[in-house]
Amino acid sequence: MTELLKIDGLTKAYPGVVANDGVGFSVRPGEVHALLGENGAGKSTLVKMIYGLVKPDSGTMHFAGQSFAPADPRAARAAGVAMVFQHFSLFEALNVAENVALGMENPPPMRQLAKRIREISTAYGLPLDPARLVGDLSAGERQRVEIVRCLLQDPKLLIMDEPTSVLTPQEVEILFHTLRKLSAEGTAILYISHKLEEIRTLCEGATILRAGKVVASCNPREKTARELAELMVGAELKVTDRAERKLGDVVLKVSGLSLAPLSQFGPSLKDLSLELRAGEVLGIGGVAGNGQEELLATLSGERPSALGTVSLMGEDISGLGPNPRRAKGLLAAPEERLGHAAVPAMSLTENAILTGTMRKPLTRNGFVDQGAAKTFADEIIQAFDVRTPGSHVAARALSGGNLQKYVIGREVLQNPAVLVVNQPTWGVDAAAAASIRQALLDLAAKGAAVIAISQDLDELMEISDRFSALNEGRLSASRPTQGLTIEEIGMMLGGAHGMQEAAV
Amino acid sequence: MITLVRRPTPSQFWSYATPLLAVIATMIAGGILFAILGKHPVEAIRVIFWDPLFGGNASYFRGQLLVKAGPLILIACGLAVGFRAGIWNIGAEGQYIMGALFSAWLALKMYPAESHWLFPAMIVLGALGGFLWAMIPAVLKVLFGTSEILVSLMLVYVAENLLAYMAFGPLKNPEGFGFPGSRNLQDYPSAFNHELIEGTGMHWGVVAALIAVIFTYGLMHRHITGFRIRVAGEAPRAARFAGVIPARLVMLGLGMGGAFAGLAGMFEVSGPSGQITDSFNVGYGFTAIIVAFLGRLHPIGILLAGLLMALTYIGGDMAQLMLGLPSAAIQVFQGMLLFFLLAFDVLTNFRIRFGRVAA
Repeated sequence: MTELLKIDGLTKAYPGVVANDGVGFSVRPGEVHALLGENGAGKSTLVKMIYGLVKPDSGTMHFAGQSFAPADPRAARAAGVAMVFQHFSLFEALNVAENVALGMENPPPMRQLAKRIREISTAYGLPLDPARLVGDLSAGERQRVEIVRCLLQDPKLLIMDEPTSVLTPQEVEILFHTLRKLSAEGTAILYISHKLEEIRTLCEGATILRAGKVVASCNPREKTARELAELMVGAELKVTDRAERKLGDVVLKVSGLSLAPLSQFGPSLKDLSLELRAGEVLGIGGVAGNGQEELLATLSGERPSALGTVSLMGEDISGLGPNPRRAKGLLAAPEERLGHAAVPAMSLTENAILTGTMRKPLTRNGFVDQGAAKTFADEIIQAFDVRTPGSHVAARALSGGNLQKYVIGREVLQNPAVLVVNQPTWGVDAAAAASIRQALLDLAAKGAAVIAISQDLDELMEISDRFSALNEGRLSASRPTQGLTIEEIGMMLGGAHGMQEAAV
Repeated sequence: MITLVRRPTPSQFWSYATPLLAVIATMIAGGILFAILGKHPVEAIRVIFWDPLFGGNASYFRGQLLVKAGPLILIACGLAVGFRAGIWNIGAEGQYIMGALFSAWLALKMYPAESHWLFPAMIVLGALGGFLWAMIPAVLKVLFGTSEILVSLMLVYVAENLLAYMAFGPLKNPEGFGFPGSRNLQDYPSAFNHELIEGTGMHWGVVAALIAVIFTYGLMHRHITGFRIRVAGEAPRAARFAGVIPARLVMLGLGMGGAFAGLAGMFEVSGPSGQITDSFNVGYGFTAIIVAFLGRLHPIGILLAGLLMALTYIGGDMAQLMLGLPSAAIQVFQGMLLFFLLAFDVLTNFRIRFGRVAA
């Protein structure tokens, strides 16, 4: 069979980094082709060139037998390339049909469009009500809107960037059915992910990128997940050391905690309860946007809760702000690194002062001790292998993974009694992620209690002793992670959020 | 094509160079403006920037420099604290008037009793007047989420009307033959903010401005409170995470601006101005906003910027007198300075690249 998309010697350089270096691969019609690689390996740059968002410095592309050099996404769409981005571009206050119409060149009348949406979405097993407000939809349903928007263009090639990061296991199943059906009809799919098991079930071909170069092409079904991972990383993977931990007394107790939503479509927290013992890691799973941020904010003290709801070592701390909580040993590392966990324009030294003054002697009579702050910053950089020219560098100059190591390291090195982290390895490369997980485990081994909030279920299975699911602001009862199956976790996460696959 | 490329770390060089660049660009654009008005541009710039320092009557004008720069620096230091935190107090002019009214009221009540305590008490009352006036937008913002920009600005006009009422009514000089305006405090030794060194323009307000520079430097660049204020301006979420309580920050940001502006008003009414009249305020509170930004919200920068602005004030007066330039042209000239400064600011965080650069 002839190739639908053929890429040869594609190169794109940015100041200081070659994002793509002579990349070449091809996709046949109807093939589900995986693009694998760590963060920063060049996957995004590559698909952006195919979608016309970025212009290659050199190299050629052929699409359906013709030379292909899209000047902008419109040209790419006209040729038959569609893309579903990892971050949705939807307006919450508009309904499904209106959102779809906004992305079209010449939208048909609303009534006709609604009919088309209903037809297409049902035909592909992704039923959608065109009249519903996007703000009321779950993440999985929002993704459907994006997919349907693409399918209305009748694409020959569909690019999907990390589509399952926002889905529960059951929702992933439904999505895979849709993708297989599309593939059977001849639509090629370029599938970007770093979830190896998914790729092994879905894809027939895979191109693996490392540091901007193609390092391997293979049939993922013929490789083990471990082999794929090592191809991605280019080194043997270290397995985290989960040494036997001794559980101590209950250090953190949350009971009947409720919190109003921050924004109109934001989740509220509903009657949360949990208990955490010294030396224990509690994993809280769930799709982002179900109250994860709110839970961290209320535990860190940014949004204190009603009296009597949170107690640390028997003492009610519900009304306290972040600094008194830090003084008592409850530390936190939020998900958003830039602007929440760290100040982008400030140096690493100044960012060490941000949370460090309560437990480290960084101030004298209220005056900042620059020397001590720099020493602390250097200590974090050293202990957590943060790659940076020095502690004088602004936080925003660091890569996501390096800054994440810095932010986690800053809290870990303050010897917390309880540490709450949200998405500790989000957007972090595999090696850095492994070292962050190890740091959390080491912290627990020393007798601290850790709450890890994450969307990455594999990660939670790897580090946590007990697992709870946070879904629509409710926290499930916790269960020991040993012996927990992925189906059981999926059900704890709310199953398919009431989404159904249409009988086709 | 020109593209802006974000710098990973803000440029140290440009953060110092942009104010100078802005001054130069203002001279050029101002020169063009003056040329359009039919004046000789080089001569106009010389009258504004050169003559007050080194011209014929420079010895008089050099004294005026400190008199004008004192209140500007004092007010700008207080404003900078709020601006750093992202709290936009535009109403320093009103707080300045209230500081003057509070302290003048005390002095006029005590008249003609002499006491060493009167002047310090006036200082306290001046700061209090400005502080309380600034607390109105602060409390409204905390309780109801109103915009401090609008409320503080509108309170300037309330303060101006209050000032006029006081000048024509309760504080009018009973021995003033019906002329508006209060007694002249320059004739009341206990209340008079006299020159400390003859002919230099150095009075207690200038001393206060220098103390304010040192105090603000210590607070903003050495103390943890200042660090948190700066965090709040840079990244509000990170500030809450660091334990900043937004309501307290609003109170502090507006309160300090108000107190410093009130102090400036007090030193002015008891010294250079001498009396409460309906034309007592001359826009120091607004010009101080420019001074604060021209000085990069840094106390040392503000010190230099205050002197520069004072120069344009005096030079502007001279240009009006000698060249017949309209006063509006001088205000436009001062406005240009802020405009260019904000525009060139982009260089601190971005570098400019000429030619095609793909996204």
